[in-house]
Amino acid sequence: MFKVLERLFNDKIATEEISLSGSERYRGKLSGSLSAGCFHECAAACPVGAFQISSNTEGYNIDYKKCVFCGRCVEKAMLLGGSGLRHSNDDAMPFVFPDMVEATADVLKERLGRSLHVRHLDAGSCNGCDFEMGALSGPVYDLARYGVHFVASPRHADLLMITGVVTRNLEQALRMTYEAMPEPKLVMACGACAAGGSTYGASYAIVGAADKVVPVDIYVPGCPPRPSAMIAGLLAAADILKERM
Amino acid sequence: MEGRFHDSRMIVAKPEELRGRANIIHDGGRRPLTAMFGRDETNNGGGYDIYVVFEDIEKHTFVTVKAIFDPDGELTYPSLTRIIPGAGWYEREINDMFGIVPQGHPDLRPLVLHESFPGDYYPLRKNVNKTGQVRGEREFPIAVAKGEGLFQVPVGPIHAGIIEPGHFRFSQAGESMLQLDAKLFFTHRGIEKAMEGLTPQEALPIAERVCGACSIANTWGFCQAVEKISGIQVPKRAEIIRTLLSEIERVTNHVGDIGNIPAGVGFQPAISLGARLKEHLMRLQEHITGNRFLRGMIILGGVSMDIPPDLSDDILSVIAETENGVNDMEVLFVQQENFQNRIRTTGTVRPQTARDLAMVGVGARASGYAHDSRRDFDYGVYSSLSFAVRTQSGGDVAARLKQRFDELKESFSMIRQLIVMLKQEKTGLMIHVEFKAGEAYGISESARGSNFWYVAVDEAGTIDRVFIRSASYPNWPALTIAVQGDIIPDFPLINKSFELCYACIDR
Repeated sequence: MFKVLERLFNDKIATEEISLSGSERYRGKLSGSLSAGCFHECAAACPVGAFQISSNTEGYNIDYKKCVFCGRCVEKAMLLGGSGLRHSNDDAMPFVFPDMVEATADVLKERLGRSLHVRHLDAGSCNGCDFEMGALSGPVYDLARYGVHFVASPRHADLLMITGVVTRNLEQALRMTYEAMPEPKLVMACGACAAGGSTYGASYAIVGAADKVVPVDIYVPGCPPRPSAMIAGLLAAADILKERM
Repeated sequence: MEGRFHDSRMIVAKPEELRGRANIIHDGGRRPLTAMFGRDETNNGGGYDIYVVFEDIEKHTFVTVKAIFDPDGELTYPSLTRIIPGAGWYEREINDMFGIVPQGHPDLRPLVLHESFPGDYYPLRKNVNKTGQVRGEREFPIAVAKGEGLFQVPVGPIHAGIIEPGHFRFSQAGESMLQLDAKLFFTHRGIEKAMEGLTPQEALPIAERVCGACSIANTWGFCQAVEKISGIQVPKRAEIIRTLLSEIERVTNHVGDIGNIPAGVGFQPAISLGARLKEHLMRLQEHITGNRFLRGMIILGGVSMDIPPDLSDDILSVIAETENGVNDMEVLFVQQENFQNRIRTTGTVRPQTARDLAMVGVGARASGYAHDSRRDFDYGVYSSLSFAVRTQSGGDVAARLKQRFDELKESFSMIRQLIVMLKQEKTGLMIHVEFKAGEAYGISESARGSNFWYVAVDEAGTIDRVFIRSASYPNWPALTIAVQGDIIPDFPLINKSFELCYACIDR
């Protein structure tokens, strides 16, 4: 008993402001210019088809729904020399459907007066996203301070937070969970598997990304997304829900 | 290719001889079963194979019996499960994936493929389309106990908390759990088939993503097998870094577990302290590798990034802080009598059961069975480290909790030894790997126990077959035995004390 009291009194508050930048080596959003000969090689080096050649000013486009932030395009560009392509240590921000606009920091500013009840569903994940979601309820991220709570039943939920690529063995559970939710309802595809569906390629046991089975309103990039990026996604979702009420 | 691995002995047998040969090698459990898996070699003139792999602990090697089946002949063999209980799940899986039937198996229900697949669909055969979405309706019976006054409690696959999906069917006599049947493999992604036809380099990001919690253990096992086939030796500094990452992954998992076991009884201060300690370790992992699950660091032929001295110092300081917190948590648990009442004699696995099921890792060691690949096989730099394989005798939740505290102490010491080694070793970080044809095993001890990989590469340098047996695979059946006779409110506690992965076994 004494140890419990000792730690309770001595430990200072663990809860932090969320930061959308990682440590120095963290592989976040991609940026920088590429020299001419690199585009096709970089696209070929990408294991999930997220690196796409584009006609925009950079000449390439990253599909952050699919990107697993493995660093292979950067590595390839460096090998070929003369390239500025780098992973910054900033998180890729969530995308809101249907406009696919990026949720911005503005969304994070107005935090009070909202409530969002979330049901998690692992549709076939590696458990990486799920462990990070577990951390959200812990003392450091303390999701409850934003008015966001995880609930036990889809019947209590405003938002279905899907992790993992949808497997054949979970397809029915996903449909039934979605149908059990009351209107208005939102769906978040959390992480590269649920959002992009390309992590493992195609197989007899995989249906695909979450939006192949249920309509998705918000996509959170990352493999897995850091807890802060998940919070940013949840706060953006709370704003959409407000509009739909 | 026939007859010999780089590191082990192989005996080729006829299907009808498989049980007899296996029985002699197994020798009543002296050489425990590591894994059983099928392979289709009909494309290169062979047949269907079953590999039965045993560990020869004394000789630090594997012994394999390989039975070859004529694809046009009878696809049956006498089941091993009645003499080697640990074979039960493997035989069910081979039956699901290849349609090779173990005759006399005591429980030959489907295991991996659920109701949406046809009954006669065998996805790991080469003539089955890798991406084909073949639908049908197969029977998937759940095992239940029947009798007067007995009732069932169905739970899952979607649970109340944030956990992975599995369906549990409890057969209850009042509050007591008489029997538990776990329907798993919900997150089955067909990873083994998905990797076929890819080069090992292309398959590496998938190997890293089989499981989040065991990312290093899986990646290391995969790389080891490929490197063995290619006949290369990874530079010493890279081996030290791999070993270090593996121990950091163990510490993170064990700290996460000692903070999660109290969640089974709602002991809030301990949960909170554990979560806080784990977050610091997750940040350390990102600091080292650029990813919170240590991804992107182990590559074929070595490691992608160095650990310079300042980063070593950061590791040591986080480890010191973690050690302090872990010591406090141990005291905190000991002093909490009501917590002790809940965890003692709850969820017991007897030592003989642990051996019969060929359990591994924390689950085995907490039941007095000292199984540890870090000691039993020469990989990484474990042979240069001083550490003890700790065990408990109780086999209950308390023993599995204590086991993690004991193992953490060994890991803290190993991390310090590794940092000293790292400062003295100046070799490179990686060497080039030329993909050659062949087959090999890889092994690594994850936080949950021994992880076993089998990789076969064809003449074109692409993967012909991968088999992944994570530590959770042999331990899952033990969980269903551990709960028998305990009350159903203790299930979350018992489940968390094993903390088995679903992603790892489902693949």
